[in-house]
Order: sequence, then C-alpha cells, then structure tokens
Amino acid sequence: MIKKERHVLVVFPHPDDEAFGVSGTISSYRDMGVPVTYACLTLGEMGRNLGNPPFANRETLPQIRKEELKKACEAMGLDDLRMMGFRDKTVEFEDDEKMVKLVADLIEETNPSLVITFYPGLAVHPDHDATARAVVRAVRRMPETERPTLYTLAFANNTVEVLGKPDVVHDITANADKKIATLKAHASQTVWMMKEMEIKLAAQDPDALKWLNFEHFYTYQWDKDFE
Amino acid sequence: MELVKPDHLQELITSFANKDVYIHLETTNGSYAAHFNESVFNAGAFIRNIVIKFELGKVAGDSPHRIGLKLPSGWIYAQGITHYKLDEHGRLLMAGLDAEGKLAVALEISETPFTY
Repeated sequence: MIKKERHVLVVFPHPDDEAFGVSGTISSYRDMGVPVTYACLTLGEMGRNLGNPPFANRETLPQIRKEELKKACEAMGLDDLRMMGFRDKTVEFEDDEKMVKLVADLIEETNPSLVITFYPGLAVHPDHDATARAVVRAVRRMPETERPTLYTLAFANNTVEVLGKPDVVHDITANADKKIATLKAHASQTVWMMKEMEIKLAAQDPDALKWLNFEHFYTYQWDKDFE
Repeated sequence: MELVKPDHLQELITSFANKDVYIHLETTNGSYAAHFNESVFNAGAFIRNIVIKFELGKVAGDSPHRIGLKLPSGWIYAQGITHYKLDEHGRLLMAGLDAEGKLAVALEISETPFTY
C-alpha cells in the first residue's frame, strides 16, 4: 500500500538514478493524482558507457542523456522535470551552502509532503552522497513539525549493517510495465542490462521479479542523523 | 568515433600545434569500481577547458596508442587511446574504450571552449 501524498519532490544527481529504485513509486503517485517534481542535478556527462563501436562521445553524451531523461519522465507520467545544470562527478565540490539553498528553494516552492533522495554516506557514488547531504541539511533546518517525510535509498555494501532493513516497501507490480519503459528510456545506460533482465523476467526468475516489483526506502531518522 | 588511424590522427594533432587550445583530459575506472570489487583502488583525474599551447604532439605505440603533447615548460600525455573523431565543431576527440565500450581515458583538443 502506497500512502497518498500532497506533493512529492525527488532529488537525484543523474538521469537514470530515478529509474532503478523509484520509477514504479513515481508512477504510482502519478496514478493517484499526486504531483511529483523531479530535480535532476546533472546530465550524467561523465558516463563511461559509449559502446564499442561507440554510439556517442564525451561531447555528445549529455544531449543523448537529456533526451533519454525526458522520455523516462514521459514513461513515468512525470510532468515536472527540473534539470539543474550541474556537471556529473562535481556535485561534492560545489559550495555546500549553495547546494542546501538549492534544495531549500525547491522545498519552499513545491511544499512537498515527501522528499525522496539517497542516504548520505551509503549511496556509493560521490554525487549521490553529496546530493543526499544537501537534501538532509535542507530538511533538517525546517521546524520539526513542518518537515516533509524523507525517504532515502541506500545500497552501499554495508547498508544493512548500518541501517538494518528498509522500513518502507512499495509493491509497484501494477506499474511494472511503466518501470520497464522508464529503464529502457535510458538506453545509453541500460540497453545491455535490460536485454539480460527481460530474459530473466520472461522466465519468471524470482529474483528478477522481486527486483522489478518492489522498491525499498529508509525513512530518514532524525534521532540517528548522519552528522 | 572510429578506430585510430595513426597517420591521420598524427596530422590532426599537428594541426593544433602552436595555437592556444582548450584541453579536456580524463582518466577513470568508474565511480562504482570499488563497489563492485572492493579490492579495486578507485583513481582518476579530470581537467576541462584548460588553455595550453603545445609545440609538438605525437601518436606513439600500437593500439591502444599513447598521445603526448610537449609544452614549452611541461607535458600532457594520455595512454590507452583507441578511438578518435574530428567533430563538426572542429574539435579533436580522442578516447580509450575498453572491450565493453566503457571509456577509460579521454583527451580532447579544441580551439573553442568545451561546454561547461
């Protein structure tokens, strides 16, 4: 059961960050008529997958990924995409206060009841962790009673050791087709993975079905703040 | 991009010599390298839109090639270059792609700045 929200704000650094673990959830909110804003900080300019023979180069990749991101949002039914203009792999080197303000401004404008981002320090990619720090700090500065709920994604190898099991699990089976369409929209990143995955899904592989149909979140606990 | 033709690439590199040019240089083993294999030491370097002037540029070795640029008081080199392209903006894009098509190194030379 997915709880209805007033407005959901999703903040991630890379096109495709939303696809793997949140796209089914986003589609579910859209089905309920909940507005969803997705702030995507970069265009994944530093993606390594260019193909061999190459389908892109360092300078054409951002445009390709921008178009993929727009298609992915269409597939999810998301109509408020914000591309924030940062460069892939540089988010942690930006001024920390500037990043907090960026998130605070988005929160002030959209007045979300739920914010979704990564868990700081347990999200593997430096951009993921930097984005998560900015979001947590922005929400922390709000009066406790006004804070939106914060759902976080964590997938570092030591996640379960640190946080235990995720407390929120969304069954998104009803939107699995939209999730596959979202993943496929990010073709430059997912084409090979999805070929394998679709074979497994066709064979009703239980792990693949679980991977597709369930999305997991850790509700951010302010009494166990990361800093 | 296509596989390096050393003679053609040499001509292109030489055409940028003794001019102010913008450089993009990058090496990476990917931000997830140590996540997938904890024994990997994750390292990389990145510079973009640094203006330099080189007096001699050379393509060396069999594929993957090494590219070296000699500056009046320094050096730039990239190892592992497999592919290249002179794009529609006259920028020389060179990259080293592994067997899976993942970029491991890039060296790019342009007379105009690269986007952000």
